[in-house]
Amino acid sequence: MTDVTNATISTRGKRRARRNSSDRTWTFYVLAAFFAFYVIALYGPMLSIYILSFQDLRGGLVFPMRGFSLYWFNELIMQTRAGDVSGSFTRSIYLAIAVTVITVVFSFMAGMAFRRRFRGDTIVFYLMIGSLVAPGLVLGIGIGLGFDMAGIPTNWFTSALGAQLSWTLPFGILVMFAVMSRLNSDWEEAARDLGASRAQTIGLVVLPVLAPGLIAVALFGFTLSYDEFARTLQTAGAQNTLPLEIWSMTLNVTSPALYALGTVSTVISFLIIGVSLGSIILLQRRNAARKNISE
Amino acid sequence: MGTGNGDIELAGVTKSYDGETFAVDGINLKIPDGAYCCLLGPSGCGKSTILRMIAGHEDPTHGEILIGGEDVVGLDPVERRTAMMFQSYALFPHLSVRDNIAFALRVRGLSKAERNAKADAMIEKVHLTEFANRLPSQLSGGQQQRVALARAAITEPRVLLLDEPLSALDEHLRIKMRAELSRMQRDLGITFIHVTHTQMEAIALADMVVVMDQGKIRQSGPAREVYAEPKNRYVAEFIGGQNVISGKVSYINGTRATMAGATYSNIEIPLANGKRLEDGQSLDIAIRRDDIDLVRAGGDLPDGSTSVEGAITGVEYQGTFVKVMMEAAGEEEFVAYVPERRFFEESLSIGDRVLAIWQIDHAHLLA
Repeated sequence: MTDVTNATISTRGKRRARRNSSDRTWTFYVLAAFFAFYVIALYGPMLSIYILSFQDLRGGLVFPMRGFSLYWFNELIMQTRAGDVSGSFTRSIYLAIAVTVITVVFSFMAGMAFRRRFRGDTIVFYLMIGSLVAPGLVLGIGIGLGFDMAGIPTNWFTSALGAQLSWTLPFGILVMFAVMSRLNSDWEEAARDLGASRAQTIGLVVLPVLAPGLIAVALFGFTLSYDEFARTLQTAGAQNTLPLEIWSMTLNVTSPALYALGTVSTVISFLIIGVSLGSIILLQRRNAARKNISE
Repeated sequence: MGTGNGDIELAGVTKSYDGETFAVDGINLKIPDGAYCCLLGPSGCGKSTILRMIAGHEDPTHGEILIGGEDVVGLDPVERRTAMMFQSYALFPHLSVRDNIAFALRVRGLSKAERNAKADAMIEKVHLTEFANRLPSQLSGGQQQRVALARAAITEPRVLLLDEPLSALDEHLRIKMRAELSRMQRDLGITFIHVTHTQMEAIALADMVVVMDQGKIRQSGPAREVYAEPKNRYVAEFIGGQNVISGKVSYINGTRATMAGATYSNIEIPLANGKRLEDGQSLDIAIRRDDIDLVRAGGDLPDGSTSVEGAITGVEYQGTFVKVMMEAAGEEEFVAYVPERRFFEESLSIGDRVLAIWQIDHAHLLA
């Protein structure tokens, strides 16, 4: 939802910016220079990594570029000396999907529950915030130790899942609070008035109205989980997730394979963001299409 | 489409949210089948709570609500066969006009073809055919209201409940939609209960006006009765169009009495049948603003009339009449609605001392 709002703001901004250049004060040029510097500082290092990942066999970790090929991408998949990249990638995706589903379902339910006051709601809220602000590394160590003391082996689909949820759930619920403000309780009452059962009200009114917001929560859940490191480090057990694998590679792999991995995971992140935004836009298009039919 | 059984009876209905204060305090009310009833009162007087209790969105703390002679407390809105139109209209924002109107049929499990046919018939009835595929946000306020009305009416309710249905519209549209509501009610032939805080809206629409204050009914009856013969000071002042004067009875003589106050003396008042007055008793009387005539101070009183003297403090031209505000009879604002031609014959202006004259029999004694 935030992305959508930003998009509308920026189109509005563009319209306003289109004016005579002689109107501009010196502050415009100072801020423009500062912004350009910011963009270079933000994207420069990332771009170098993407470019360097396309070197051939002779490639090294620094410029200049040596050749051009997809050699290091192949190296990644082949699981030779680079480590278990494809395995950790699969685990990360499965984990992110599980985290997304659980986050969306529970954030939705919590959002519905927090619309009214209930016994202990403040306590639940602060516990949630607590888990959000607690240092992830410490929280991860705590969960790892807890599993150890209970004699349960840590694993990416048990302890790491829980550790990641301690981060994505509060986040999702906070987003849900903002999303819930779109929901007018008159709609639910009207649905009841028209004979809808509670389940029908949720299925036919509440969920469709909140759909863009729920997609936003899903997007948060997925991306937060997909690149989660601190909480996962001590809870993933024997098999690494992708961020852990990358981290261990920085310690012992000194080839552009590391860069290739960076490129691949960035592409995947963008794909996921693209799919989410695309589905939000699709929802809006479908609504707009109705208008065109009638005109 | 008269369905009968749309008569409503509230017996000792009370609603309290905290067990101490009462939003609705012991209401007894009978609304006949097919009536257009307006619940009128300031915000917080309990009128919306009564509506929501009849609709089944809230339960009374005590008392019975009967629709068609059957106690409906605890039943769902559908079982009561009531339908409610919300102040915000509560149109589902993601559904087209057709899908909004067909919603009640959809949750009842009608097939798509069947419910669309019925919805389209209803859409035609409210003149929205060309908008059937639009979303609510693409409609004007008046069109949204018609969608809300159609959506409520498609369930074939025996009672339609309207919560401040006109308050979201601008003045011009409000008067137009007011006529449309009245037409819809005649077409459907069912009981309408309409909550409003606008006096003119209530008396223009209603067969029966219920004036409420602080959870209690202050007066209920036909619009003309409530307007012309208010029972008490509250109703007279809330409905408006009346000057209320307080004083003490000072002299009783057969069919007439005299009343006096701090800043005036000798207002003659009629002795209504069945009302006993005693010497020295405190009394409020109401005189309609349009029953008052103004002449310059020192003029003659016609037979059978009485007057108070005061200074004009303000004049508002209203087209068909002129609203003249005076300081008289100890009231902050004593108002006369003088017919336009008559006002300009007298050529009165602010600061002039005048006599406000009315027929003694036109004064109305309040409880």
